[in-house]
Amino acid sequence: MSANMVAMAYLAAAVLFILALKGLSSPVSARRGNLFGMLGMALAVGVTLSLGGSHNYIWIFLAVLIGGGTGTLIARSIPMTHMPQLVAAMHSLVGLAAVMIAASALYNPLAYGIAAADGSLHMASRIELFLGTFIGAITFTASIVAFAKLQGLVSGRPLVFAGQHLVNLILGIIMIVSGIVFCMTGEWTPFLIMTGIALVLGVLLIVPIGGADMPVVVSMLNSYSGWAAAGIGFTLSNNMLIVSGALVGSSGAILSYIMCRAMNRSLFNVLMGGFGAVGGSSSGEAREERPYHSGAAEDAAFLLQNAESVIIIPGYGLAVARAQHALKEVADVLTESGVKVRFAIHPVAGRMPGHMNVLLAEADVPYDAVQEMDEINPEFAETDVALVIGANDVTNPSAKTDPTSSIYGMPILDVDKAKHVIFIKRSMAAGYAGLDNDLFYMDKTMMLFSDAKKACEDMLHALK
Amino acid sequence: MNPEMANAAVQSSAHGATVDPFVFGFTVFVLAVFIGYQVVWNVTPALHTPLMSVTNAISGIIVVGAILAAAPSEMNVGSILGLVAVALVSVNIFGGFLVTQRMLAMFRKRK
Repeated sequence: MSANMVAMAYLAAAVLFILALKGLSSPVSARRGNLFGMLGMALAVGVTLSLGGSHNYIWIFLAVLIGGGTGTLIARSIPMTHMPQLVAAMHSLVGLAAVMIAASALYNPLAYGIAAADGSLHMASRIELFLGTFIGAITFTASIVAFAKLQGLVSGRPLVFAGQHLVNLILGIIMIVSGIVFCMTGEWTPFLIMTGIALVLGVLLIVPIGGADMPVVVSMLNSYSGWAAAGIGFTLSNNMLIVSGALVGSSGAILSYIMCRAMNRSLFNVLMGGFGAVGGSSSGEAREERPYHSGAAEDAAFLLQNAESVIIIPGYGLAVARAQHALKEVADVLTESGVKVRFAIHPVAGRMPGHMNVLLAEADVPYDAVQEMDEINPEFAETDVALVIGANDVTNPSAKTDPTSSIYGMPILDVDKAKHVIFIKRSMAAGYAGLDNDLFYMDKTMMLFSDAKKACEDMLHALK
Repeated sequence: MNPEMANAAVQSSAHGATVDPFVFGFTVFVLAVFIGYQVVWNVTPALHTPLMSVTNAISGIIVVGAILAAAPSEMNVGSILGLVAVALVSVNIFGGFLVTQRMLAMFRKRK
């Protein structure tokens, strides 16, 4: 195959990847888009293998078989609630692979055709290797910490200590200096020091960030894994890799931005960490006992049955209680008896961007019954019953009314505008941000103290 | 594409003046970031999780680099690192695309 043919095939693969992302603009075109992505990948790998000069087809085939087999098994068996962990784990693999490829390129520049006349690396290649390696190394260990926090292997509480940011800053400076020394000399020692420090930094940067901020972290690492891939693309002077890496990088960056905006926090504020480490106790002491109404599942069922329109606000607590399917049945029974039922999703519901949508889709809730915050907020005023289940802070009106609140300014679902509110909750305990929710004490609110799944089953029983 | 080729392509377009391959790649990079920005803002928020899993699969494209690293006939540290990298990103490629397919299959319209 001529070099031009190879370049054209790589171009086709890059276009197919763009089409894969473009398909995701609607659930209708998304499946075809995903097929385009697979086709692009097959084309790129096929062309690379056909380049000749490879003497290890059997070994490469075996490696693909082991990795691909593992990936297939995981993809088939992973529960949808575990998607954030899976995505974090995959980021770490890309990061580690990028470091390995860079180390291999340094060991044997000839294999990449990037060696200078004396067999060493060009300055430009060294700079590219430096960038690709440290981003890859940080992505690797940072993703492992994110994975461990999401999987519950370590506590989701932020780990903060004095001088944390100073330590990170000093390590960062040493890393960059070693990187520059590597670029000047091309020696292994500064390369290994730089990589080692990047690995440590990856851990230190994520430990102070709390569990609820993980959606931002996972999106950001998504972005990093893309930049690392683009870095490898620069090393190989391969435009397709550069394009793919840039697509993934910008995608992750946009998702991080969307998540931050939905929490009214700056990316800087999230990355500095410590959110949720303090504050829970102080607001707990200040809280006075206020009267509230509570009712049984039968009362909730009665309200729902006699409503014309219902909006259900599901939160991650719903998935934790595995109540999606029971809730879907409640929605079905109501729809059959002529009630207009919709689901309202806050951008940070769930543990990663769009997580709640997947969990509802898994429970067979049609996607056109599920609406985003901006779409549904004007509808609450004309809604008879808002049913909040497993969510809390995203409905808290103090985000709009109380400038002293830690979530002040965060966009919320306007649940307080509905005519009646049913709030399913285990107890009167505060939400993640450690805040009391004024919604509990409104005259139109009925608290239903129960586990989410049991509440749905009881309501279903009463409705039938 | 190898650097010589990139160089040749740039030389022909720049009236014989030599442009560093890095600049050539950087041009492509910046334009691709813009395409990514446009395309990703158009992704419906309901599909942000599949977006992340499919970009996971796409970043597995560095398998191209891993295959080159694994290619030399002589087995040494470089080619073994390449082979391990091939196995690692294969997890991403297969896992990423298949789990995306599985999720997208769940999204159904109202009957």
